Amino acid sequence: MATKNLSSNAESVVLKDYESVIIFTPVLSEDQLKDVVSKYRNLITENGGELVHEENWGLTKLAYPIQKKTTGFYHLFEFKANPEFISKFELAFRRDERIMRFLTVALDKHALVYNTRKRNGEFNQGKKEQKQEGAK
Amino acid sequence: MKKKSQVNPAMVFNTTPEAPQKKKFCRFKKNGIKYIDYKDANFLLKFVNDQGKVLPRRLTGTSLKYQRKVTQAIKRARHIAILPFEGDSLK
Repeated sequence: MATKNLSSNAESVVLKDYESVIIFTPVLSEDQLKDVVSKYRNLITENGGELVHEENWGLTKLAYPIQKKTTGFYHLFEFKANPEFISKFELAFRRDERIMRFLTVALDKHALVYNTRKRNGEFNQGKKEQKQEGAK
Repeated sequence: MKKKSQVNPAMVFNTTPEAPQKKKFCRFKKNGIKYIDYKDANFLLKFVNDQGKVLPRRLTGTSLKYQRKVTQAIKRARHIAILPFEGDSLK
């Protein structure tokens, strides 16, 4: 698979699937949060990426304190992007003081299937129905 | 009485294989789960003990292929503060 991608990389940009979970500081107001989120949303689309899905988990309790905060705003981006864009994207995260933690993961084919099924709500049969409702 | 004293020491030292007990199986192979979501804390909690340590395959019955994915998922979950690195009583 890797060799196939490399050969076609020369003429056209191959987009890979990624998923980013970002934890913003809880000190942000709702408007500020919207601003930051839209900033990164634009960053993806402006760099030839493609936003597939977005999820806001709201103010969630952390399992352990980060920067002396016990809660954080979780936000999930699922997107397609040029692999070279990721380092740029993460650099922006590191420079941003409003971001406490982030995790970007490349999605394999099983993950893609899982995510689309989850989005369509196929897992609501008791076992995987939990939805990380931190706002409660 | 005699029977009991024969059985118990063996159980203590774990010399007898746990044949009479249920045969362990890999839940991922059995249920056809291909991807383990690192965002699903409740699911991952089945694979850590109450201190938050990853349980060995010996106890969970997971196959090697999926144990690797489980540990990967747990480590990711810890990074984004969904699971604790250390905890006293998770369950």
